[in-house]
Amino acid sequence: MKLLFEKSIQGRSSCYLPECDLPVVELSANLTREKSALLPQLSENDVSRHYSELEKRAYGVNDGFYPLGSCTMKYNPKINEKIASLDGFTGIHPLQPESTVRGCIAVLSAAEKLLCEITGMDAMTLQPAAGAHGEFTGMLLIKKYHEKRGEGNNRTTVIIPDSAHGTNPATAAMCGMTVVSIPSGEDGCVDIEKLRQAVGEDTAGLMLTNPNTLGIFDKNILEITKIVHDAGGLVYYDGANLNAIMGVIRPGDMGFDCIHLNLHKTFSTPHGGGGPGSGAVGCKAFLAPYLPMPHITINGGQPTLQADCPESIGKVKAFYGNFLVVVRALSYVLTLGKEGIPDAAMYAVLSANYLKKRLSEKYIMAFDGLCMHEFVMTLEREAKESGVRALDIAKALLDKGIHPPTMYFPLIVHEALMAEPTETEGKEMLDEAADIFLAVYDEAMKDPEKIHSLPLTTPIRRPDEVEAARNPRLRWNPDVQ
Amino acid sequence: MGHYISITDEQKKEMLDAIGLSSLEELYDAAPSHLIKKNGLNIPHGMSELETLRTMEALAAKNKVFPTIFRGAGAYRHYIPAIVSAVATKETFVTAYTPYQSEISQGILQSIFEYQTMICQLTGMDVSNASVYDGATAAAEATAMCRERKRTKTLVSATAHPDVIAVMQTYCWAANAEIILIPEKDGLIDAGSLHDMLDETVACVYLAQPNYYGLIEDAPAIGQLTHEAGAKFIIGINPIAAACLKTPAESGADIAVGEGQPLGMPLSFGGPYLGFMAATSAMMRKLPGRIVGETTDSEGNRAFVLTLQAREQHIRREKASSNICSNQALCATTAAVYMAAMGPEGIKNAAVQSLSKAHYMASKISEIAGFSLRYKGEFFHEFVTECPLDTEKLMSALEEKGILGGLPLSGGGILWCATEMNTKDEIDSLISVLREVKSK
Repeated sequence: MKLLFEKSIQGRSSCYLPECDLPVVELSANLTREKSALLPQLSENDVSRHYSELEKRAYGVNDGFYPLGSCTMKYNPKINEKIASLDGFTGIHPLQPESTVRGCIAVLSAAEKLLCEITGMDAMTLQPAAGAHGEFTGMLLIKKYHEKRGEGNNRTTVIIPDSAHGTNPATAAMCGMTVVSIPSGEDGCVDIEKLRQAVGEDTAGLMLTNPNTLGIFDKNILEITKIVHDAGGLVYYDGANLNAIMGVIRPGDMGFDCIHLNLHKTFSTPHGGGGPGSGAVGCKAFLAPYLPMPHITINGGQPTLQADCPESIGKVKAFYGNFLVVVRALSYVLTLGKEGIPDAAMYAVLSANYLKKRLSEKYIMAFDGLCMHEFVMTLEREAKESGVRALDIAKALLDKGIHPPTMYFPLIVHEALMAEPTETEGKEMLDEAADIFLAVYDEAMKDPEKIHSLPLTTPIRRPDEVEAARNPRLRWNPDVQ
Repeated sequence: MGHYISITDEQKKEMLDAIGLSSLEELYDAAPSHLIKKNGLNIPHGMSELETLRTMEALAAKNKVFPTIFRGAGAYRHYIPAIVSAVATKETFVTAYTPYQSEISQGILQSIFEYQTMICQLTGMDVSNASVYDGATAAAEATAMCRERKRTKTLVSATAHPDVIAVMQTYCWAANAEIILIPEKDGLIDAGSLHDMLDETVACVYLAQPNYYGLIEDAPAIGQLTHEAGAKFIIGINPIAAACLKTPAESGADIAVGEGQPLGMPLSFGGPYLGFMAATSAMMRKLPGRIVGETTDSEGNRAFVLTLQAREQHIRREKASSNICSNQALCATTAAVYMAAMGPEGIKNAAVQSLSKAHYMASKISEIAGFSLRYKGEFFHEFVTECPLDTEKLMSALEEKGILGGLPLSGGGILWCATEMNTKDEIDSLISVLREVKSK
């Protein structure tokens, strides 16, 4: 398909602005650029058709089943989009006088309060823009805590299980900390003995997700958080997997000191092809003074923005975060409410277990027994015996109109495929998907050579990723093309 | 009450039967039973869609939408062609995940590739990433790209946006790296002070263009000074101004960043916005976040993929250039559609009109006694005037007329902004309110 630039025709344009009703001012010549930016010259019709064509070459939750593990690709309710597009939200300048943004502050305040109750935390910030940004913010609360206690220079190691999301160690490094990776036990959970050996006077904290990335609820969670606390460290909850337990079990009750949530996973805000998300961060009261500023405080019953926060870690983003994402998440929580929130979690777990049961007819599961909201299959044996890899199964699914599960994660499972169906699929969708997964497995076993060449029906065939990295072409270049 | 669950009670029973359970609660048997929130959450009951809509509309109605805005300071109201939201609300763009499966994600990947190209065109730089959270985090991430073993210090101009400085300070504190403000002089970075501050421990210098006061800095001179001391030069540029101003590349920048909100995003109480980030080829492998590259598929057809992933957290873990994964992809698409629709002349026209209207407004305001321009330098679409009145009173008087006045600065004075959205009539009304309040 042609690029916008290749469709450009010299002199073509649209007209959006009136003539300037004031004398035109020119900047001094030494301040201006030599050449105009080489942007495409198109009619609006060109632009419209281009993006319609691109839309057809993409795949969203609206297009079909999307069991992408760890990403919680649930249905994105349309009412939330409508609400987020209200003029009363989109037309508000972030630096308007407080008396003119009472509604925005009320949105932030209500979302904070509800999310605190759902997670068992005492305070919340909505400033972080995504999950990784939330992790960064949360770990800075921990850094600040140790600094305030005069232990900032000593407590600089962060313990992270080897099953963790890659963002966890990357976050710890951004916070100037050293990562200590501990191996998982045979059941995929934290190896308690290894944890005991790892903690010490240098421990800043532990980063953990529960259920973990294998979809298993770590039953030792209270002991785990106690071991870290006894050693003087704090425990960070990676909320990527909260959809398994929201409203049923609260991170705050498990002993976690601070957490991040992915509003674009658990709370149904759409992912936009890679953002914008929102990485709300919650914490226990003793960490609350360190939250990013401004905080929202209640003053005479009225929520207000408080900029004077002397102990705060500072700002992690300009203004107040991805506000319209918070608007959507609040609408979702209000709609589901007291009953709907735990129901969503329980049905997500039910769906995962049902799909796991169906797929275990052919696929080898990394761990047996009940799972939480997601489960991990391994193609290790098939890869060895017949050369059929997790990648091959994933690519074959593309031809069947299903978005594949997450591939090659977690790292501790070889040839992993991680599936998360979410609560918004019907049983018949799960059955249809299971039939397809099983049929793909059979086809792969029957003709391993053929499966390496799939997919056949997608807009492109398998791309040459090695070439892309070896000779990076990261922009259209008129001189080369 | 409201829910998005597709499983009927009948189906639920069948599914429980299949896995050998009799109730949903049993799914959580692995967890210690006293952790289960048996009495439920202390939050309100759910609502129907209609009730949620009414509740949220009531909240939106508590905000005041100003028909006329003369306030910028990091968030700018420009005209957004209707095509922009028509494309940015396409359901598949809205609901897709990060394009991991390139065979079914060419639409997302190509749109990011086109965005990257346009950011390169606008800034003059060689390579762009797929976006970061906002302009402030882009500036902060840029400092991390520049730090080396012995060069760890960041120098940031005091004339940058206060939120940008604050976010850079947070990120530098996180990394145990020093960050120091370069003093200002007459509203511009003080080149003399910078000269004295530069030494072999400085990793980078950050300059905002135009700066927080709207003034156009002598970026090439600052770049030269910075490079002579062996440090990297980061420019934070307003993307609309970039259509006219000397590009970051022409000014010697190693990294160009900025707040992309003016490229088609509404004000939205501060977000979601768009952080853009572009660099020289030499710094390509230090860029954080997603980058889309062009390659071919197994049949030799054009294909786009996420590439150079050896920089990223899911491969490099603690050695990654950043922890970022989700960025602002839909906002990047929005910006790309805006740039494609406006075209090179359209964006330049928005820039020239903003500039022209701001200059008319500045000359009219400064005619009023006591409202003189604070700085003498050339400015783009923002400027600072003194204010002889109680600013709160003045702002209230403007608010009554539906006008959001300039931003009162903490050290006194008002930071005004005009864009192509402001008509001559609006500016003239502003002037008469100012005169009226002044004469009282």
